[in-house]
Amino acid sequence: MQVPAQFEYERATSVAHAVELLTRYGPDSRLVAGGHSLIPMMKLRIAEPETLIDINDVAELTGIRLDGTELVLGAMARHADLLASPLAVEHFPILVDAERVIADPVVRNRGTVGGSLCQADPSEDLSAAFAAVHAVAVIEGADGRRQVPVREFHVGPYQTVVGDAEILVEIRVPVRPGGGSAYEKVERRVGDWSVAAAGAALWLDPTGVVTDAGIGLTAVGAAQFAAARAEEFLRGVPGSDDAFTEAGRIAAEDCRPVADQRGPVDYKRHLAGELTTRALRRAAARARGQEA
Amino acid sequence: MTTTDPDTGFRALDATPMGYGSMRRKEDARFVRGKGRYLDDIVLPGMLHAAILRSPHAHARIVSIDTSAAEAHPRVRAVITGETLAGLGLAWMPTLSHDVQSVLATDKVRFQGQEVAFVVAEDRYSARDALALVDVEYDPLPAVIDAQHALDADAPVIRDDQEGRTDNHIFDWEAGDAAATDDVFARADVVSSCDMLYPRSHPAPMETCGSIASMDPVSGKLTVYTTTQAPHAHRTVYALVAGLPEHKIQIISPDIGGGFGNKVGIYPGYVCAVVGSIVTGAPVKWTEDRSENLMSTSFARDYHMRGEIAATHDGKLLGVRVTVLADHGAFNGTAQPSKMPAGLFHVFSGSYDLAAAHCAVTGVYTNKAPGGVAYACSFRITEAVYLIERLVDVLAHDQGWDPAELRRTNLLRSEQFPYTTALGWEYDSGDYPRTLATALDMAGYDELRAEQKQVRSAYERGESPMLMGIGLSFFTEAVGAGPRRTMDILGLGMADGAELRIHPTGKAVLRLSCMTQGQGHQTTFAQIVAEELGISPDDIEVVQGDTDQTPFGLGTYGSRSTPVSGAATAMVARKVRDRARIVAAAMLEVSPDDLEWEKGAFRVAGDPAAAATMNEIAMAAHSDLELPDDVEGHLDATCVYNPPNLTYPCGAYVCVVDVDTATGQVKVRRFVAVDDCGVRINPMVVEGQVHGGLADGIGMALMEVMAFDTDGNHLGASFMDYLLPTAMECPSWELGETVTPSPHHPIGAKGVGESATVGSPPAVTNAVLDAIRVRHADMPLTPAAVWRAVRGTPLRTDLAIG
Repeated sequence: MQVPAQFEYERATSVAHAVELLTRYGPDSRLVAGGHSLIPMMKLRIAEPETLIDINDVAELTGIRLDGTELVLGAMARHADLLASPLAVEHFPILVDAERVIADPVVRNRGTVGGSLCQADPSEDLSAAFAAVHAVAVIEGADGRRQVPVREFHVGPYQTVVGDAEILVEIRVPVRPGGGSAYEKVERRVGDWSVAAAGAALWLDPTGVVTDAGIGLTAVGAAQFAAARAEEFLRGVPGSDDAFTEAGRIAAEDCRPVADQRGPVDYKRHLAGELTTRALRRAAARARGQEA
Repeated sequence: MTTTDPDTGFRALDATPMGYGSMRRKEDARFVRGKGRYLDDIVLPGMLHAAILRSPHAHARIVSIDTSAAEAHPRVRAVITGETLAGLGLAWMPTLSHDVQSVLATDKVRFQGQEVAFVVAEDRYSARDALALVDVEYDPLPAVIDAQHALDADAPVIRDDQEGRTDNHIFDWEAGDAAATDDVFARADVVSSCDMLYPRSHPAPMETCGSIASMDPVSGKLTVYTTTQAPHAHRTVYALVAGLPEHKIQIISPDIGGGFGNKVGIYPGYVCAVVGSIVTGAPVKWTEDRSENLMSTSFARDYHMRGEIAATHDGKLLGVRVTVLADHGAFNGTAQPSKMPAGLFHVFSGSYDLAAAHCAVTGVYTNKAPGGVAYACSFRITEAVYLIERLVDVLAHDQGWDPAELRRTNLLRSEQFPYTTALGWEYDSGDYPRTLATALDMAGYDELRAEQKQVRSAYERGESPMLMGIGLSFFTEAVGAGPRRTMDILGLGMADGAELRIHPTGKAVLRLSCMTQGQGHQTTFAQIVAEELGISPDDIEVVQGDTDQTPFGLGTYGSRSTPVSGAATAMVARKVRDRARIVAAAMLEVSPDDLEWEKGAFRVAGDPAAAATMNEIAMAAHSDLELPDDVEGHLDATCVYNPPNLTYPCGAYVCVVDVDTATGQVKVRRFVAVDDCGVRINPMVVEGQVHGGLADGIGMALMEVMAFDTDGNHLGASFMDYLLPTAMECPSWELGETVTPSPHHPIGAKGVGESATVGSPPAVTNAVLDAIRVRHADMPLTPAAVWRAVRGTPLRTDLAIG
């Protein structure tokens, strides 16, 4: 029978209030956002927080907006919000690609962008997508706000740099011209976690040379969900099919997949390369305005 | 009346037919409003809640169980262990396959998830909390996980509860003529053989299993609300196992949210709920969660098969032989006709005219959950159809023959029916070549092959990673068990009763032993009565599921409801019609022989104005009308239908897939399914059944599997791990039909509930393997499995991927 153990429940009304509640209830309290990972874990008693602090009423955590040259996503933006965001479509189609293959509409209606990042599941899609676009996480605690690049956000599986009495408030993504991005995922069935996935963001100069590249990898044990050596290889070379194939090869070489029922190591490593190449191709086409 | 909405293409069903035809399901008015009443919706006064402590180990000796802390929980009312049950003689119970199984473990645990203790508390949270307070000390033992090593000399003995047992062997069973088959193979020009696994899967109904037991201490009557596909069989088993008087047991099956065979057997939780109610004096509810359902209740399949097929050099199929290693889990608890340890697997000669066939099946114990016959398989015909339809494709692959042509030239011809197979089955009817031709026409087979050629050239030129595959299957189903002489469950012959009563105002109540789980019985069976008597289906109540309200019978599984209970319904309606003729004769003051039946009324021959409608007859039968001396009043009848034979529906399926060879992903592009299930009572309901079964086939071929790691950990214990197909994986089904009535069935109908589940997995598998030109790879063909198959290093799908 799947019912959670007993827990206390508090409803936060502001970020400051949430921080105050986290401070009061200590490390055995947990924030609940969309709850689509936490509640099932509680029902299975894998997680048994003593207190749930509900941040669904915290209006300041919602919304997706452009702030100067940054796309800002509130931590409580729902997956469905991001999927439907015209700003995301315009600036970072990689995020829309990723959202389209995250779980199912019911989960996307409730699950949040910040919740996904904080859950830090190695198979979660947004971590890689945000790593590819060099996003920055904004974290608030009693002492104010601090900024942490997403590539430094994860400490390990299910672990992040967010402290016990801190809260992720938003994700900021710098918008730069000349870019294109894409996300490619292989799943066993719609709604499943990734067998492997790759996200790519590319910036090309008018001659087609790569000025910058970001590559994120999901579920293949890539350090910080990124493929740094492959990115480095691409900078300064023409954005050609051969270059993307080589980048995929390097990304595959650098990842450390683990076998599970989604696939053996050789297959996942192959996918890391294949999907990196495909994401780069599509990102490049978008940068060139050839594909939506 | 059926009309099609020009805007949506959906059919509007705007009138109730007086008999057969598509009509909206009567039960859906309730279901679509969320007003179904399922087991977990039922709350009895003073009801307690139970939870089961389960084994974390696949194989371990139980050293000790300490329940004192759980018993001290303020809201816990009882903690039941194997020891408690042993005192009542209930620690073990008989299975449906001549074995026993543990209700709560006493000596050892034998699979992960096995029931160890049963906690009854005042609320379900406390029951769950108290599980953590039961302290069990285990001494872990090595587990037998790979069925292919279950009979090794050094394999741990799982069933050491059985005196003198030294191995994990359960049975050897064979069918067909081995010598004749060997002879055919010796004379054959070509032979192809193939090892194939039909992996362990699970029926996974949306609603899990559960039970509410309520023992009335005053009347001594036990009422059990439970998710059962076979209420009467359950009652008899409770009487036999628990020693309770059968007339003091009432089984009530409320609405069931899917069964697929998962709700045939009696699970330990049901027995414990009864004991819990006796011990506490209060009703006890136990409902499974999803993981419990997937880990411990009846699995399906798990057949390791080596098949061989023999043919002449010009493509005439001659014979098939197969050896099977059947993984039955820790207790032999398959639910099937008890004289047939491999179910109806021996219909594996399929739809072809073969000179000889033979199978030898060996059952083994492993440290996995018991069960084995479930998931809409028609008692293992899924495995049989998969075997033969894969072998035909393997042969075609080896010889470079077209799989459609190979099937076409070897199918049984309509003039051969009734046809007795080399394995002894008497197929009732069919027009197989026409069914196949219909499917190939609908699919545009030749055009598909031409397109496939183009797609392959682009692939070979390195322009695209995509390949296209076309997969066929032609299946013959065998459904509607018994006859009772050859088919029984626990000694109960497989015949079913029906009772029909026409009320004075001409409305009717039909009482049946079968039990709907979503198949639409309340509609379909009312339509059978309507067809026979001319009473509107809207005016006929179909009662099922309550043993105090329905006649005895073996229930709904193996697609047997329409073949057996449907026949019983037609026969009982005809008995009522015979009585109605006598009443009408008295009313019209003519001889019964002078009356002619016209749906809904008897008319005097030659005097059309003189007639009595069913409404008038019904009222007259209950009135002061003088009836002949040997005729009782009222208008009712009972019937027990003992089927003379199974019915043999068939179908031809064509599946078209696109495969991305670089990622291994498979997209099912099209699926053409031509089913012949004889006369269709409600075509819409039939199509719904086919839709569901086709989705099952995509699930089994592409994603569903219960694998285990070497320690016996269950790797499919949630819907994140055990994947069911969604609408996104399913194409828009293209359905067709041929109609060959069953000659021995009163209305010519054949069962269809499992046809598509049986027929579709090989079509999908054949399509994928056709695309990648691989001779064989085992299901499920996940992206990883496809990618590995392309590279010649296929995965072993029943074990943990290393």
